Amino acid sequence: MSVDLSLLPDGGVGWLDASGRHADIVLSTRIRLARNVEGYAFTGRARDGERLRVLAQVREAVGTLPSLQEAVMYRLDELPPTSRALLHERHLVSKELAGLDAQHPLRSGAAVFLADGMGVMVNEEDHLRLQALRSGFAVEEAYRALEKVDRDLGSRVPYAFHNEFGFLTACPTNVGTGMRASVLIHLPGLVLTKEIGKVLASLQQMGLTYRGLYGEGSEVVGNFFQISNQTTLGRSEEELLDQLLRVVGHVVEREAESRRVLLRDAGYIIEDKLWRAYGTLRYARSLTFDEAMNYLSGVRLAVGLKLISTLSVYTLNKLLIFSQAAHLAFAEGRALTESETNLARARYVRKALEEEAGSVG
Amino acid sequence: MLCDSCRERDAVVHLTTIENNAVHQLHLCEKCAAERGVETTVATPKHPLGEFLQAVHQQVATASGTAAAGSDGQRCSFCNTTMADFRATGRWGCARCYTNFEAGIRELLRRVHGNHRHVGRSYRPPMSESLERAAVLGELKDRLRRAIESEQFELAADLRDRIRVME
Repeated sequence: MSVDLSLLPDGGVGWLDASGRHADIVLSTRIRLARNVEGYAFTGRARDGERLRVLAQVREAVGTLPSLQEAVMYRLDELPPTSRALLHERHLVSKELAGLDAQHPLRSGAAVFLADGMGVMVNEEDHLRLQALRSGFAVEEAYRALEKVDRDLGSRVPYAFHNEFGFLTACPTNVGTGMRASVLIHLPGLVLTKEIGKVLASLQQMGLTYRGLYGEGSEVVGNFFQISNQTTLGRSEEELLDQLLRVVGHVVEREAESRRVLLRDAGYIIEDKLWRAYGTLRYARSLTFDEAMNYLSGVRLAVGLKLISTLSVYTLNKLLIFSQAAHLAFAEGRALTESETNLARARYVRKALEEEAGSVG
Repeated sequence: MLCDSCRERDAVVHLTTIENNAVHQLHLCEKCAAERGVETTVATPKHPLGEFLQAVHQQVATASGTAAAGSDGQRCSFCNTTMADFRATGRWGCARCYTNFEAGIRELLRRVHGNHRHVGRSYRPPMSESLERAAVLGELKDRLRRAIESEQFELAADLRDRIRVME
């Protein structure tokens, strides 16, 4: 059985639509809450039967909640690897839940409930990982939606909570609020002007941290950074969100400023570099993932600088997701070798740019 | 993950550098990292948190005059997790671990988060239906007793009827 993503009204990728604030710089905002169900060992320690009981209990509760009534459930433990990879590439489930992480084999009872911009992962490292995904820079909006689901679900399912330590989680780094709020941000201007080192270093002093495109343990590619709160305990949800809002707002300003500097001081060099990136994507016959990401980063910057005006940020966002290996295999309807994947990727990118571009330049 | 340099040993040092306008990530084994002058005097533990806790735990044990090795055998009464398990995985086994290893955890949280006290949203778990019913019944019976004591027989009859329905 393979995954039927048509069950989701927006294919689970509504967050790509570039409708949010600062969408050319901030791709998306994601907030997650880690929760555990009282009375069971945490997922990693639980037996198969316990995890299945957790899932049954959560499933029953979700069915009664207006905020999750439209949610579609996918049982990861009943899906083939390609379908699980598809959900992971869409940022709808973590690598661990999808069983794609060598350290964490697929668990029985691994499931996800997906509704519009909202997801509840069951039997991840914690029993529950509630997440809200929004387009652009939308911290408050994402948290409002998430908090409602959390309160609703917490009124039906007893969460593990400690008066002194807060919400209890398997990993001590998540305890307290259990909240990790992050933005996926594109910072080519700061990288090109070599300001990025300073910016990243200052994040740490402000209680924030950064990671690559896929969160913890993933590498930085295509100048995409995920910025999130470092600690989860000792400060309220509002304080943590406020801090992220302020600091990321500042980073967005610095990025915009460095783009202006680039255009002013090195206009033709930048223009040439970005058009070359566009040219490669438009005509290459084989593209590795890293290559595609780096050229897409260039083209995205060109669109942000209004050097290319006929391409939308939405198209670029879709390219980021749909040019990944599992999506290409899904589109081709069969498993692909690495070189076939690179050929399929170049074909897909070419076609998408051709369709949208018309007469670019 | 293999070392980017020798491609033989496991990479244990992960370097983020910015060169030629691009962010590079370099994964090196301890030997190659040392050759490039990267400080690796502190061997990278598999689960830094676990190692970290061990140090904290030893301090706590020393302070309270117990042998660290001895208290290592302590098990969580709910999920059987030991300190050694936590050191190996960096994960607690269940909510009860937080009570069973409370002193060590408080110190650990203080170091990880700079604080050990949750000040965010508070939470009260929903009462299960049977618990809720028992609580309501208990209250009705109390009121019945008081009604009889104060000779409010009409009220007592009413309360008795309500208790009968619930039971």
